[in-house]
Amino acid sequence: MSIAATQKRGFGAVLWDYLTTVDHKKIAHLYLFGGGFFFILGGLEAMIIRIQLVRPENDFVSAGLYNEILTMHGTTMIFLAAMPLLLGLMNAVMPLQIGARDVAFPFLNSLGFWLFLFGGLILNCSWLLGGAPDAGWTSYAPLSTTSPGHGVDFYVLGLQISGAGTLIGGINFLVTIINMRAPGMTYMRMPLFSWTTFITSVLILFAFPALTIGLFLLMFDRLFGSAFFNVALGGNTIIWEHLFWIFGHPEVYILILPAFGLFSDIFSTFAKKRLFGYTAMVFATILIAFLGFMVWAHHMFTVGLGPVANSIFAIATMAIAVPTGIKIFNWLATLWGGSITINSAMLWALGFIPTFTLGGMTGVMVASVVADYQYHDTYFVVAHFHYVIVGGTVFGILAGLHYWWPKMFGRILNEKLGKIAFWIFFTGFHLTFFIQHFLGLMGMPRRYWVFLKDQGLDTGNLISTIGAFLMAIGVIIFFYNVVYTAVKGEKVPDDPWDGRTLEWATSSPPAHYNFKQTPLVRGLDPLWVEKTEGKGKMTPAEPLGDIHMPNGSILPFIMSFGLFIAGFGFIYQVNYTWAYIPLFVGMGILLGCMLIRSLKDDHGYHITKEELEREAD
Amino acid sequence: MSHDHSLNPETMPHEPEKATLEGKNKFLGFWFFLGGETVLFACLFGTYLALRNSTAGGPTTNDLFGLELVFIMTILLLTSSLTSVYAMYHMKNNNFKKMQLWLGVTAVLGFAFLGCELYEFNHYIHEYEFTFRSSAFGSAFYTLVGFHGGHVTFGLLWLLALMIRNAKRGLNLYNAPKFYVFSLYWHFIDVVWVFIFTVVYLMGKVG
Amino acid sequence: MKGWMGRFRAFFLLGSLALVLSACGKDNLTALVPKGYGAESSMDLIIISTVVMLFVFAVVMLIYVAVLLRYRKKKGQEDFIPKQVEGNKTLETIWTVIPIILLIIIAVPTVTATFDLADNSGSKDGLNIQVTGNQYWWHFNYEGQEIQTSQDLYVPVGEKIYLSMKSSDVHHSFWVPSISGKMDVLPENENKMYIEAYEEGVYWGKCTELCGPSHSLMDFKVIVVSQEEFDQWVKDMKNVNPDNQPQDAVAQEGKSLFQQNNCMSCHAIGSSPTQIGPNLTNFGDRSKIAGILDPTKENLVKWIVDPESIKPGNKMTGNYPEVSEKEAGKIAEYLMQLKPSEVTPESAGN
Repeated sequence: MSIAATQKRGFGAVLWDYLTTVDHKKIAHLYLFGGGFFFILGGLEAMIIRIQLVRPENDFVSAGLYNEILTMHGTTMIFLAAMPLLLGLMNAVMPLQIGARDVAFPFLNSLGFWLFLFGGLILNCSWLLGGAPDAGWTSYAPLSTTSPGHGVDFYVLGLQISGAGTLIGGINFLVTIINMRAPGMTYMRMPLFSWTTFITSVLILFAFPALTIGLFLLMFDRLFGSAFFNVALGGNTIIWEHLFWIFGHPEVYILILPAFGLFSDIFSTFAKKRLFGYTAMVFATILIAFLGFMVWAHHMFTVGLGPVANSIFAIATMAIAVPTGIKIFNWLATLWGGSITINSAMLWALGFIPTFTLGGMTGVMVASVVADYQYHDTYFVVAHFHYVIVGGTVFGILAGLHYWWPKMFGRILNEKLGKIAFWIFFTGFHLTFFIQHFLGLMGMPRRYWVFLKDQGLDTGNLISTIGAFLMAIGVIIFFYNVVYTAVKGEKVPDDPWDGRTLEWATSSPPAHYNFKQTPLVRGLDPLWVEKTEGKGKMTPAEPLGDIHMPNGSILPFIMSFGLFIAGFGFIYQVNYTWAYIPLFVGMGILLGCMLIRSLKDDHGYHITKEELEREAD
Repeated sequence: MSHDHSLNPETMPHEPEKATLEGKNKFLGFWFFLGGETVLFACLFGTYLALRNSTAGGPTTNDLFGLELVFIMTILLLTSSLTSVYAMYHMKNNNFKKMQLWLGVTAVLGFAFLGCELYEFNHYIHEYEFTFRSSAFGSAFYTLVGFHGGHVTFGLLWLLALMIRNAKRGLNLYNAPKFYVFSLYWHFIDVVWVFIFTVVYLMGKVG
Repeated sequence: MKGWMGRFRAFFLLGSLALVLSACGKDNLTALVPKGYGAESSMDLIIISTVVMLFVFAVVMLIYVAVLLRYRKKKGQEDFIPKQVEGNKTLETIWTVIPIILLIIIAVPTVTATFDLADNSGSKDGLNIQVTGNQYWWHFNYEGQEIQTSQDLYVPVGEKIYLSMKSSDVHHSFWVPSISGKMDVLPENENKMYIEAYEEGVYWGKCTELCGPSHSLMDFKVIVVSQEEFDQWVKDMKNVNPDNQPQDAVAQEGKSLFQQNNCMSCHAIGSSPTQIGPNLTNFGDRSKIAGILDPTKENLVKWIVDPESIKPGNKMTGNYPEVSEKEAGKIAEYLMQLKPSEVTPESAGN
């Protein structure tokens, strides 16, 4: 379906199309839109934080509000911006890269998105309903269990719902990659982005249930009077920390691995070289993921777990630096001897290397237990995780967007604007966060509403705030570029970068069935193989025939909406009996939809061979 | 494509649950789901183990648990797992009626188990005033065992929906994976119970 | 080891001084100028890990810059197809093995220091202090001495002090960057750590675990004095008689206002198990009011009249009858005169 055809339809039709779509490419648009929206919200919160800290003892926002903002900034950026944006890219690209027509569970794919969106909306409704959560994105009990008002309840319900969506998405990608690769696309021929999507999904599958349980316990304590974290009744607040970080540390890798994958693809494309040490890259990814599950307690070095536990977790954490280092050197080796094109996608990727290396360096430094007694919960740690999450994930998302924008929308993002945005953001980023390493060591703990006069922290904070404004300008230019491209953007051919992988072998944007004929894969970088062997086109693995496609459905939207309503019921049943009405109505909607989905057969439909031949013209 | 047509012995593939791509996806996806569920229960077990002695002056595991009832419950659930295996055996032989029969037995055993569990909870609450709110141990106990009970309840509703929906049309390649996936779920619940029996009840009595 | 570490530290600090701003922060707050055993252990590791990591960073940047200078697409060679290299076993082995060696260099001293700092075996014969974290103030109970203070922790220089820490409400974390790294203060179990200060002085302490709106205002001070001064201080603190009448009439009036307004139900003067609010025995000697304000009478009046405006979410607001500014002035006068000891923050020398 071309853009022209879409534009002819009315707004209502387009809206309905998106509400009911199960097409992974449209779901990707939804994820990017939803994630982009929350990214702006989280960014505004970040700006308020930096304005508050521009000078000592500032009173731009009040203490309570400041805690709400810092909590929402972290929660929003991690759960509602970074993850959905990555899931958007995965949805847009991974099925194309492995030569699949769709994902394994198109219906669940849509459900995953709507759950994320409604979860995010619940969380943000807290702003309008008496105050946002204020116990930090880590929500340590008993601060979170005793936090007055309903803020933390919104945190619990919002994350529970959107977390369920993510879990569903993870399972979906796993099955897609295992069962639906095109003929010849063996595991060791998969592009790195598909590989990291796969490994990330494994992490999602095994990490998110720990959060689910943690949130349940928190919810039971806050809303139903249980005593998990109530010390007076024998509860133990450290259980929350364990559960949270058993989820939380793999979560960090959930955020960074997809970025690793797409940087690998980008470096190899723009250096015009095959990825150096492909096998090592794959195994490094697996190793990082595996170790990622054994290091959670390095977030808890100061909890008092004892020297044995601290030492073990420190060494396990340092071990992760080895596979990460392998990756960095393999990227450099990929570039070495290449013919490097530098455009905005590549700029973000190149900016990533020094930035992320710095983040990795400080990562090893904070793993050193006794040194961490000083770093822990200070601005040093704030600097460290922004270096890896912004320098890795956000740079990755922006690189990926510039790289795949032509594939997703058939238009190329403006190069000039892209480069300006990069340089401003890059400068602003280092200005904001580099100095924070020193602020931390100079005695500034994190999550501080104010820092006091005469403590030597003024200059550093001022510089940091100036940097934050530059970052904001960079982001604004990027969003302007998006709008500009949508209106006036240059249309590009299907393969504008001289690509190497399968997604560049389809039209831009791809037809909703992706490939008219499933391609036959004859090696790593399948399109490049065909190009170097003279054909320049994929060989089909099958004759032209009918294509089986899934039906769209509004049920995922309604189900998520049901949970959204039920969420309010759960929160307010503490104060009002009437709140049981939304609770039961919402759960009823959810279960009813599940029943309908289970009872009503849905066999999908077929696009006939004749239609396909007609569309070719 | 003959999705809606019931299978007969000639068209019956060896593994009807994995004969279509959709079936294969469902089968694999469900295994992954159970992987996630394993982590979920592992976290609940961990929490329970950390809190099982935090009774805050209330009844302890030793005061509460009686192994007789739990033993009966274990037998009920283990047997229901066996009967669901019979059902799957008949599915593979394309004997729909017998499959339904054994699934029916599975459901009955499941409901019996659930009845026992409700009785047990009721007993603790009224005889010992041991509730979800009385201590951290109470919260952990009811949450762990209750999560399992909730899974049983959901499984029974699922099973009934499947049996009723397909009662008239028999087995086909579209619904065979659904039955099969249910049986996987049911085994999983059974395995979790074995752990609950050991960790909660046996260790509570002995340890 | 300590010898060359010391020289190396001086060199390293000089280097970072040039690199970073113009200073390492305030002398009695920054972790970069260690003045105690724990902080020194941390600093040693910070230096080792920074040097090793900067080496890695330098190597990465060297290759990176070389790549960017040499391998950009050249004019006239747009169609050049580079050699497609699969990998190189030797290279890949090198960049696996060398990082492992570098990490071992960091890991060994890390583990040694971790066990060293967790060794509380000396607490039997040492000075033991129970630390209680409260929203948003600190309570210190000198074990076996019947001395309680709040906000200001007096310790002797050059001696290991053993702290047992517990929270009365949410999680807090005890951090005196100049003297030692931090340790969380939890409601369910006691955490133990020891501190040893090398130099006399007043060191700033901070709470580093988000504990509510006034988390950033939960400051305290560690006042390190000489052993003789500390002994004197202990003696003076033990001799406090809470029933002593102040000298002047205003303060006497303040005292009776203090009693009338129910202040005593939370605040103890003299040794007492009461610790709902800070112990005020040596309030007149405090280096700060409420941990953050300069110790002037004006500030104290402001605090007594409306503590919420200074520490949002504190537990004092709303728990005592309304006090007029005039009354508050009298109470302040009384409290400022609570100076039981000659040994004060000034004795610490900075």
